[in-house]
Amino acid sequence: MLYTVLSVISEWTIPLLLLLIPLYGQFKKIPVYETFVEGAEEGFLTAVKVIPFLVGMMVAVSVFRSSGAMEWLSFLLTPLAAGIGAPVEVLPMAIMRPLSGSAVLGMASELMKTYGPDSFTGLLASVMQGTTDTTFFVITVYFGSAGIKKFRYAVFTGLTADITGFLASVYICRHFF
Amino acid sequence: MLNFIWLFLLAAGILAAAFNGNIEVVTESALSAARGAVEICLELVGVMAMWLGIMKIAEKGGIVQGVGRLMRPVLVRLFPSIPPDHPAMGAIILNLSANVLGLGSAATPFGMKAMRELQDLNNDSPVASQAMCTFLALNTSCITLIPATVIGVRLALNSAQPAVIVGPCIIATAIAMLCAVTLDCAFRRFSRHYRR
Repeated sequence: MLYTVLSVISEWTIPLLLLLIPLYGQFKKIPVYETFVEGAEEGFLTAVKVIPFLVGMMVAVSVFRSSGAMEWLSFLLTPLAAGIGAPVEVLPMAIMRPLSGSAVLGMASELMKTYGPDSFTGLLASVMQGTTDTTFFVITVYFGSAGIKKFRYAVFTGLTADITGFLASVYICRHFF
Repeated sequence: MLNFIWLFLLAAGILAAAFNGNIEVVTESALSAARGAVEICLELVGVMAMWLGIMKIAEKGGIVQGVGRLMRPVLVRLFPSIPPDHPAMGAIILNLSANVLGLGSAATPFGMKAMRELQDLNNDSPVASQAMCTFLALNTSCITLIPATVIGVRLALNSAQPAVIVGPCIIATAIAMLCAVTLDCAFRRFSRHYRR
């Protein structure tokens, strides 16, 4: 029920924004089309500025993942998973969570396919997918677009939040399901 | 820290590939990732242009500032360094609302816009300001009310209860967000002693 309401909201939000904002602009006597183009130009330049940052990050993440290094790291972390009561097979996903959104979605789907979406592993994978954002994508894209080179403590904060999110997912899933 | 992580990912990857005897994977995945990054940015160009175009209208009409004023009590605490009427406030709110509603395509443009406004306040320094770090902390741990993609995957795999994960997701994210905001506040307080 709640889900239906929420999905209707998310379906309607964008069309309504696209309708109401220009209508309101017209009401305020703003030249809507010219203003749109002016803003769009700014968006264009911002997106282009992000390219070098994103190339750097995605190359490193992709080499790390495809070479087998990620399996090594998750093997090293196996005792930790046992300690917190998480199934070992979700570890690679936990490692990739802050690094790559598309990789994690693929991994979550694989886990659900292998173990079933309603198994503990499947449920945990779903919750992990729905919790926290891809920290490195956000940091690269947002800081990149502003030309920031020194990120200070933002990386640490973001990663700690990811780890907390993972631990919380495991804990909640164990008690909820 | 990011320099170290970046180097670690690359070096560990190349060593592992050499050890596993499939060094050719490195070249292939590096090049395809580089191409993929540009593709993502090109997609972003169109979406960015559209949303920032709409946002410009909202800005000139005073909607962005109005939204900022609405949330002022909370934001002033989280972002003491931003003047309450600054357009950065409006962009931050739009970004966070888009995140909460799961509108990924709108969240990124608003977020980038907010960053650029914050960069104006930062006098175009290459060093991140405190407000930027707070904004990122909120952003990377932001709650999504409907994790639509996962629910979609679960539906496709014939789950008996595709939406049962919504509650746990919200609780787990809330915990992560609380942790991020607390840490960020701690860093902000002690950042006078924090150099680099």
